[in-house]
Amino acid sequence: MSDLGDLYHDMILGHAKAPRNFGKLDPCDASALGHNPLCGDRIGVTLLLSQGRVTDVRFDGSGCAICTASASLMTEGVKGRTRAEIDTVFQRVHDLVTGKGDPEDPELGKLAVFGGVSEFPMRVKCATLPWHTLNAAFDNSNAPVSTE
Amino acid sequence: MSAALFSPAAPGASPSASPGSPELRAQFPILARKVHKQPLIYLDNAATTQKPQCVIDALTHCYTHWNANVHRGVHLLSQEATEHYEGARKVVAQFIGAALPEEIVFVRGATEGINLVAQTLGRTQLSKGDEVLITGLEHHSNIVPWQMLCAERGATLRVCPITDAGELVPGAFDALLASRTKIAAFSWVSNALGTVNPVAAMCRAAKRAGAITLVDACQAVPHFAVNVQELDCDFLVFSGHKLYAPNGSGVLWGRKALLESMPPWQGGGDMIASVTFEGSTWNHVPHKFEAGTPDYPAVAGMATALQWLQAIGLQRVQAHEAALLAEATERISAIKGVRIIGTAAAKASVLSFVIDGVHPHDIGTILDRKGIAIRAGHHCAQPVMDRLGLAATARASFGVSNTSADIDALVEGIVAVQKLFGA
Ligand SMILES: Cc1ncc(COP(=O)(O)O)c(C=O)c1O
Repeated sequence: MSDLGDLYHDMILGHAKAPRNFGKLDPCDASALGHNPLCGDRIGVTLLLSQGRVTDVRFDGSGCAICTASASLMTEGVKGRTRAEIDTVFQRVHDLVTGKGDPEDPELGKLAVFGGVSEFPMRVKCATLPWHTLNAAFDNSNAPVSTE
Repeated sequence: MSAALFSPAAPGASPSASPGSPELRAQFPILARKVHKQPLIYLDNAATTQKPQCVIDALTHCYTHWNANVHRGVHLLSQEATEHYEGARKVVAQFIGAALPEEIVFVRGATEGINLVAQTLGRTQLSKGDEVLITGLEHHSNIVPWQMLCAERGATLRVCPITDAGELVPGAFDALLASRTKIAAFSWVSNALGTVNPVAAMCRAAKRAGAITLVDACQAVPHFAVNVQELDCDFLVFSGHKLYAPNGSGVLWGRKALLESMPPWQGGGDMIASVTFEGSTWNHVPHKFEAGTPDYPAVAGMATALQWLQAIGLQRVQAHEAALLAEATERISAIKGVRIIGTAAAKASVLSFVIDGVHPHDIGTILDRKGIAIRAGHHCAQPVMDRLGLAATARASFGVSNTSADIDALVEGIVAVQKLFGA
């Protein structure tokens, strides 16, 4: 049960049950839809930008606990940052969930809670879908992104 | 060619052990392995079944003793391989009550069988404005080939709606059959919900309307006896891997006259009578539809699996699985916060469910760590999920080796999921 406890950390369960920044910004400066066909997770991300910085962000849709918590913590973590800064954070998260990162990395902050995902290769895409969707919103591509 | 050639070769692998018995479970070597240090509880039979030792042995036996290309040599090995391949055709014909072995076309699985019919009969029979009728319960493999065909021919795909319980809306199928309905294709048993459709009545109604019928029997053949002549359909397909047989074995059954009237599908070796650069002539059925070297060991393994299943007895299998499904339904629906999805009056093998506040994908991960293999997702039946307003369900599906103890584990697992999520 211990690795299940690592995956379903209290903070993850808390964000999954009561996600922060849930909803849609309307109007918004950028938006995208993400879809994981394997498990049916669907995430929408909307952004407000000012001088290259995220001033507000919301997500909506339906996903598993990992996906929802990842989206929730992502929205908390990216406010006030530029795209380049966000890219660096995503790279760290990506490394973390694929077992290549350092869970002690102070730059991760709360996002370090996703370290348990690396023991569950089938769930990596659940954690990364919100980030891919955010990237797609930056690209302002209106085509839905897919994890496949 | 004696059927005995396909008898389970493994010593002590008595084919007639009763469903769920320790003797029968012992025939599945994979049940001895551990998953995350836990004994494997395999409840994903609708996705694919595990293989009994006799089927695994049949594959090894083919490669060890008879390996050769079929229909292609004067040497003894090729002759023996051909005898086994054609012998398997007789075993399959007998298994589904077909009038003639030539009515059995070996394909890679149900998907290939449906595509074959869509691209041969479908292309020649369907004109602009014609209709193909399916149901709202279909697996993607019985939707997409017809969608592609309809787009190509300018025809319309009609879908018989389903109720909240996951049954076909009463009267809707008959009402949708029209003079322009050329093909009606439907599943016998829904893989997502377990609903057993009234296929005999549907075949009769379609026939009255002049439509050709194709029955997707993937989730039927592993669970009860099937007889194509009693059913009176025109085509029936199933995949071997869902029926304790090797991957890559599958069956398209069609009436001989219909198969003869259809153009060939893929071109290549074995499907021709003669080839010149000016043109070719086609082999007779079923070879006309079996271009290229077939997966002969998989086919021989399928014959072994069918004989093994018949030795156990499909009536016993049906009774055993019905008892498991009834027990699981009762116990799981009694858990607060759990809802069974698909409550048709007639169901087989499949139990789909959701837990309040927990995504099915999370259920699947947590049960997996307890050694319990279930399916979580849309089960390749996205329209079923959309109709019921769900992104996904968790699905337990039963087979011959399952027991009440497996249900105990599932119930405990569900309770543990709720505990972890504080649901
Ligand atoms: C009802 C039904 N039809 C068709 C299929 C497709 O089978 P295959 O992928 O083996 O071709 C499946 C498999 O899940 C099924 O359950």
